[in-house]
Amino acid sequence: MSQVTPVFKREFGGYFRSPVAYVFLCAFLVISVALALSKFGGFFQSGVASLERYFEFYPWIFLFFVPAVGMRLWSEERRSGTIELLFTLPITTFDAVIGKFLAAWAFLTLAIVLSFPLAITVGYLGSPDWGVLFCSYAGAILMAGGYLGVCSLTSACTKSQVISFVISLMACAALLFLGLSAFTNFLEGFLPVGVADAISNFSFITHFDAFTKGIVDPKDIMFFLSLMGFTLFLNVVALER
Amino acid sequence: MIEVKDLVKTYGSKRAVDGVSFTVRRGDILGFLGPNGAGKSTTMKMITGFLRPDAGSAYVDGIDVTEDPVAVKRKLGYLPENAPAYPEMTVEEFLQFIAEMRGFRAQARRAPVERAVGLTHLGPVRNQTLETLSKGYKQRVGFAQALLHDPPTLVLDEPTDGLDPNQKNEVRTLIKNMATEKAVILSTHILEEVEAICNRVIIISRGRVVVDETPAQLQARQPKARLDEVFRSLTQSDT
Repeated sequence: MSQVTPVFKREFGGYFRSPVAYVFLCAFLVISVALALSKFGGFFQSGVASLERYFEFYPWIFLFFVPAVGMRLWSEERRSGTIELLFTLPITTFDAVIGKFLAAWAFLTLAIVLSFPLAITVGYLGSPDWGVLFCSYAGAILMAGGYLGVCSLTSACTKSQVISFVISLMACAALLFLGLSAFTNFLEGFLPVGVADAISNFSFITHFDAFTKGIVDPKDIMFFLSLMGFTLFLNVVALER
Repeated sequence: MIEVKDLVKTYGSKRAVDGVSFTVRRGDILGFLGPNGAGKSTTMKMITGFLRPDAGSAYVDGIDVTEDPVAVKRKLGYLPENAPAYPEMTVEEFLQFIAEMRGFRAQARRAPVERAVGLTHLGPVRNQTLETLSKGYKQRVGFAQALLHDPPTLVLDEPTDGLDPNQKNEVRTLIKNMATEKAVILSTHILEEVEAICNRVIIISRGRVVVDETPAQLQARQPKARLDEVFRSLTQSDT
């Protein structure tokens, strides 16, 4: 466990040693804010001092953004052969997986937190419910972790960043669509309501929505944490294979 | 001391390593020879704990690599083939990272990094990123990384690959000077290298050890022939 720190530091620093980090951060902030301000978001038109219209797009933006951040985690090490260096240093696979995951998660957290000017704007223009706002941020960070777990796992399975990206995208899309009301209605057409509900329970949206409304339900937190735990466990298995 | 016992590794239907056994004692420099694809790198990867053997095991100072890989990794310095490293880091950052991974804490990191930089003459490129370095320098960074914690055993996969004759000579001298208190395994394609620095030769062909003796004994098999002719006659079936 002691060797998580150097892995974390190298990985996190790695984002900033190349232009990658800056491109990602700018792209994420521009796209997410632009969507909220656009006519689809209706950030101003809604006339409500909240960031709900901003966070609404997060599950969709993450669908592309998180695989882009996570695809290199292991694929790059495999392709360049540095995985051989990493795993002949005295660390366990678990240390390496956790260190890398935390680094990418910290990077995603940074991206999310950098949207704070928008929160300040809302605070300046009206009087938002700060509790709901913090709750939404916490939910967004947890959801990023859930997406990232999936991406880290797919990245560990392939040498190619492109394959890693495409498969993460599909896996995340599946986890996303399960929760869309159109999809659950469709399921309810031929499945018992209980089963359809159970399936939609595996969706990011179902669990993230509650946070944006200011509800902190332990079962939503558990969902994201257990998704991370499960994918990271598989990640270790995939690397030790 | 490195002890290898009946290592087996199979890729699909191909048996890459088929019951390889040997022992390397302190003070030994073992030259690991064999045609490409004979199983040299695979054997080395199993000794270092990167690959898990299908059968058999390797022991470093008596520790079984399949049972306690982390303890074995602490005692080993390993230079993988082509010396992979993180291209966006500088030499200094990279070696600091390795030192930290090896468990040296903040202040204690200076000395081993200085020593490794000194031994491999990396001073002039310390603050350059690895992607800007020439092949020779990259190889030396890989070397520095392997030597950093002054390990009792060294496993070097083609340490002189891609170096010019002067650099080759330098690396050989370095290995030779260190070898008195270490057990070293190095793989190579260059037979003169074996003559120059190794006191033991193992030739491996199709995953099996076909020769395990001193360079002089190897030469004595066909006294008039050059070493590469001896090598060819021993591994001919491999092509």
